[in-house]
Amino acid sequence: MKVLVCISNVPDTTTKITFTDNNTQFNTAGVQYIINPYDEIALARAIELCEGGNGTVTVVNVGEATTEPTIRKALAIGADDAIRINAAPRDAYFVAKQIAKIAQEGSYDMILTGRESIDYNGSQVAAMVGEFLNIPSISIVKKITVDGETVVIEREIEGGKEVISTPMPFISSCAEGVAEPKIPNMRGIMSARTKPLSVVEPIEIAKLAQVTAYETPAARGNVKMIDAADPAKLVEALHSEAKVI
Amino acid sequence: MSVLVYVENAEGKFKKSTFEAVSYAKEVADKLNTNLVAISIGNVADATLADLGKYGANKVLFVSNEKLKTFVNQAYASIIASAAKTEDAKVVVLSASFSGKGLAPRIAVKLEAGLVDGAVELPEMTDGKFNVKKNAFSGKAFAHVELTSDRKIISLVPNSYKVVEKPVTAEITAFESTAAESDFQVMVREIVRASDKVSLPDAELVVSAGRGLKGPENWGMIEELANLLGAATACSKPVSDAGWRPHEEHVGQTGIAVSPNLYIAIGISGAIQHLAGVSSSKVIVVINKDAEAPFFKVADYGIVGDAFEVVPKLIEAIRKFKEAA
Ligand SMILES: Cc1cc2nc3c(=O)[nH]c(=O)nc-3n(C[C@H](O)[C@H](O)[C@H](O)COP(=O)(O)OP(=O)(O)OC[C@H]3O[C@@H](n4cnc5c(N)ncnc54)[C@H](O)[C@@H]3O)c2cc1C
Repeated sequence: MKVLVCISNVPDTTTKITFTDNNTQFNTAGVQYIINPYDEIALARAIELCEGGNGTVTVVNVGEATTEPTIRKALAIGADDAIRINAAPRDAYFVAKQIAKIAQEGSYDMILTGRESIDYNGSQVAAMVGEFLNIPSISIVKKITVDGETVVIEREIEGGKEVISTPMPFISSCAEGVAEPKIPNMRGIMSARTKPLSVVEPIEIAKLAQVTAYETPAARGNVKMIDAADPAKLVEALHSEAKVI
Repeated sequence: MSVLVYVENAEGKFKKSTFEAVSYAKEVADKLNTNLVAISIGNVADATLADLGKYGANKVLFVSNEKLKTFVNQAYASIIASAAKTEDAKVVVLSASFSGKGLAPRIAVKLEAGLVDGAVELPEMTDGKFNVKKNAFSGKAFAHVELTSDRKIISLVPNSYKVVEKPVTAEITAFESTAAESDFQVMVREIVRASDKVSLPDAELVVSAGRGLKGPENWGMIEELANLLGAATACSKPVSDAGWRPHEEHVGQTGIAVSPNLYIAIGISGAIQHLAGVSSSKVIVVINKDAEAPFFKVADYGIVGDAFEVVPKLIEAIRKFKEAA
């Protein structure tokens, strides 16, 4: 089985998000980058499924050379090889098109992504790749099990779950529950340096969307403190002042 | 020209998030001086379809057959994309529900249309530009995205737009399924839905608790409070990681982002990753025994106190309030 895992390079979750150039650019000063946490879950599941000679795991990233530490981390965690598509990830459509091309060329049986990236929160790439390749895409999944030629997947729905079976090849976007993220061990870290990482150039496509400005959420007013002995005052305030109950 | 809205149903019924999408799409259609067309897929009764007129749908297309009873995103995307073409829709709107998130990108590729996933406001349409505000950085910011394609697709975050009644008489018309055989590769084996629970992403009220609760055995009072309010229950990440609560209740940057009218946080410290997921809540109440907990800085109302004393009293107070009402 050949598995392709798409990883994105995102600001560490402790990052305080600010912008520069009149709120048009994300301020990268001092920001640490990590593998998108959901992609780590996808990667962990891919490695589990390929354990014991069951298959190989390739990671793919659309990014400039600065993302290579993140890619090496994925190799240290246990991916076999990596492909970097040498371009700034402009928008989901662009990223999906690049990944679809790689996926097509490598004829992978399973393609996994995270449910969304924690920077632009697109949650678009998986289903777009699915459409470009005309293969099934199942978004926001909590469980993936392989049973011979069929794959059984649980996907989240409002207030519950749906159990789906799909043939291979397919693509899924992974959420919590699929696997526990793996921490690289010493051997992984050592071998990551010599595992193959190939760099390919992107294909050009028309631009359909672009971010024109950012904004941070408006600050809230001062907190009104209520005496712990008298929560009835809170109920009163929520009813007549905030009007939410 | 028209605006097209996909009206998602669950077991033949439309949810509030669907009506929100219809209201949103109606406003876009009005601004563009055009009609709103809705498309429904699956088994929905005629009277339920006609109800969409209440929110301004001038025309309701429906596709219903046995194979489309359950959600198959490839097939649904084919149908919605072909409806967009037949109706010459310039804008396609759908709810950013779990299914909507798997559907919108496929439609975008079929129509070569720019997509804004997770819109929180109406588009700004001035000087021939089309800009949509969406969540970014998992609730830590918003991005304004300009769509430059001829057709545009918007998925709307539940609870971010109000349901508005704009009654018209909807014309109900059957639409021919354009799904190909190859669109039906996946098979839905089972659907499990807890019918008695309010679903977290759609919830208007949320009662959430963290590690301060000490253990899963103490969630009784959290559930009681939620039931009393008709709220969904939620939790912080360490709580779901420890298996005290299911993963789907985990709120935050790496969990669900919620935008309820009221978010009550009990025994949650307010780490940056947690706050990211709740910043679009309209009103935040924090109950924490530590007056220095960071959560108080972003709260509208706060109580410094032991949850094991405050919550039972709060339950009592709400019960009295409900009885009086
Ligand atoms: C990559 C990454 C991603 C993350 N993503 C998320 C995320 O999406 N969501 C998330 O929630 N966290 C996330 N976290 C974890 C986050 O950093 C915090 O660790 C977590 O939010 C803390 O959970 P908590 O507030 O329940 O627990 P704690 O921080 O332990 O806080 C418990 C609180 O309860 C209070 N308390 C204790 N006893 C009582 C009592 N009897 N009555 C009242 N109050 C009491 C304490 O004063 C304290 O403020 C992430 C972390 C990382 C590294």
